[in-house]
Amino acid sequence: MPTVSMTVNGKSVSGEVEGRTLLVQFLRDHLSLTGTHVGCDTGQCGACVVNVNGDSMKSCNMLAASADGAEVKTIEGMANDDGSLGVIQQAFQDNHGLQCGFCTPGMVMTADDLLARNPNPSEVEIREYLEGNLCRCTGYHNIVKSIQAASAAMTAGE
Amino acid sequence: MYNFDYVKASSVADATAALGGDAQAISGGQTLIPTLKARLGQPSSLVDLSGVAEMSGITAGDGSVTIGGAVTHHAVSESGDVPASVAALAAGIGDPAVRHRGTIGGSVANNDPSACYPSACLGLGATIHTSGGDVAADDYFQGMFDTALGEGQIVTGVTFPTPAKANYQKFVQPASRFALVGVFVSQMADGYVRVAVTGASESGVFRWSDAETALAGNFSADVVPAAPSADGMIADLHGSAAYRAHLISVMTKRAVAAC
Ligand SMILES: Cc1cc2nc3c(=O)[nH]c(=O)nc-3n(C[C@H](O)[C@H](O)[C@H](O)COP(=O)(O)OP(=O)(O)OC[C@H]3O[C@@H](n4cnc5c(N)ncnc54)[C@H](O)[C@@H]3O)c2cc1C
Ligand code: FES
Ligand code: FES
Repeated sequence: MPTVSMTVNGKSVSGEVEGRTLLVQFLRDHLSLTGTHVGCDTGQCGACVVNVNGDSMKSCNMLAASADGAEVKTIEGMANDDGSLGVIQQAFQDNHGLQCGFCTPGMVMTADDLLARNPNPSEVEIREYLEGNLCRCTGYHNIVKSIQAASAAMTAGE
Repeated sequence: MYNFDYVKASSVADATAALGGDAQAISGGQTLIPTLKARLGQPSSLVDLSGVAEMSGITAGDGSVTIGGAVTHHAVSESGDVPASVAALAAGIGDPAVRHRGTIGGSVANNDPSACYPSACLGLGATIHTSGGDVAADDYFQGMFDTALGEGQIVTGVTFPTPAKANYQKFVQPASRFALVGVFVSQMADGYVRVAVTGASESGVFRWSDAETALAGNFSADVVPAAPSADGMIADLHGSAAYRAHLISVMTKRAVAAC
């Protein structure tokens, strides 16, 4: 079985995987990082979005072997160093950006990717960037508000 | 998914040596991985092309631009070297996470009847570079999911000539966000017009010659013919054959008007 090594949330990790092992399986089953969710397993819903080498990607639609050597960031890497909620996470809590929370890890990781590229996105830009992230609960308005609040907090904190 | 061996190719030669038989190429995996999860294939090994350096660049030429087969939709959408119409097409594929992984080579090799890129290739008269040689787009697309690629061959890149005017209009299928109908229109500096249609035909991407003839005389939305015949158009729960045929005319007019 091939061995894969990567950096996940700043820590070097490695493990033996099958060719068919998905990145999300490696994160959840091998590393016990179960914050990354599997909603559809068909590449549609975005619950499994993580950041790989600076880009958001659907970890259910990617082989663990393809992430060999990569820098991966998951929802577990979004908290502050002291364990308190990071800016985006806090904004989701403050703005009721989640109900059941199933889609939330993917929403937060997609928001993180968007804000890294575009620190002050318009409402339309936020909605467009969430094209691949489905939420069955919130109706999206509060997710958009959360991301606007995170953007404002990050800009103010600079 | 059935299990397979994973092979990371570092060059085109490396990749073609590992392909053939039951081995299969993988680029972004955005189409292939869902297909394998549904057990619609059982490759013995997957040969990963995403790290092949020769397939990873965008090179501006004299009156053309060459995009490597492993270049992602995201990279094309951000490139200032590719025609604006092609960058906009890439920016409209799927969602950000899909665009960060999906590649032009994978899309052109797959030739999904609703995919966006085949219409840009045919609508600009692109050259498809394969490990078996160069093929004109007019000869390359051979029907739904069918191409001129031989067994074990890969798409190494695509060269697009620079148009005088071009535009892609996509009528989004509301569930999948692929093209229910997409039309790519271009006019070259010498006046030559192409109109390529994706999403509509059971034979895959095609050129709408009646519209090309009308537009060659007068490049204006007013001369775009009414809907072509609905014979051979795709009919499914998202739209009837007549609806798709009607959309071809509407999207062609919009593309010409936006040029
Ligand atoms: C949610 C979602 C939405 C999408 N929306 C759109 C859309 O709106 N428009 C659109 O056009 N597409 C859409 N796609 C498809 C996307 O563009 C894919 O990335 C693309 O079709 C395939 O590219 P890939 O690199 O992922 O190929 P893969 O999935 O890796 O491979 C696809 C096929 O091509 C073969 N292959 C891959 N690379 C090569 C190569 N270089 N040479 C020869 N054979 C090769 C593989 O063996 C496989 O058979 C969407 C996909 C998803 C998951
Ligand atoms: S679980 Fe990956 S996109 Fe839904
Ligand atoms: S909060 Fe329940 S799916 Fe989004």
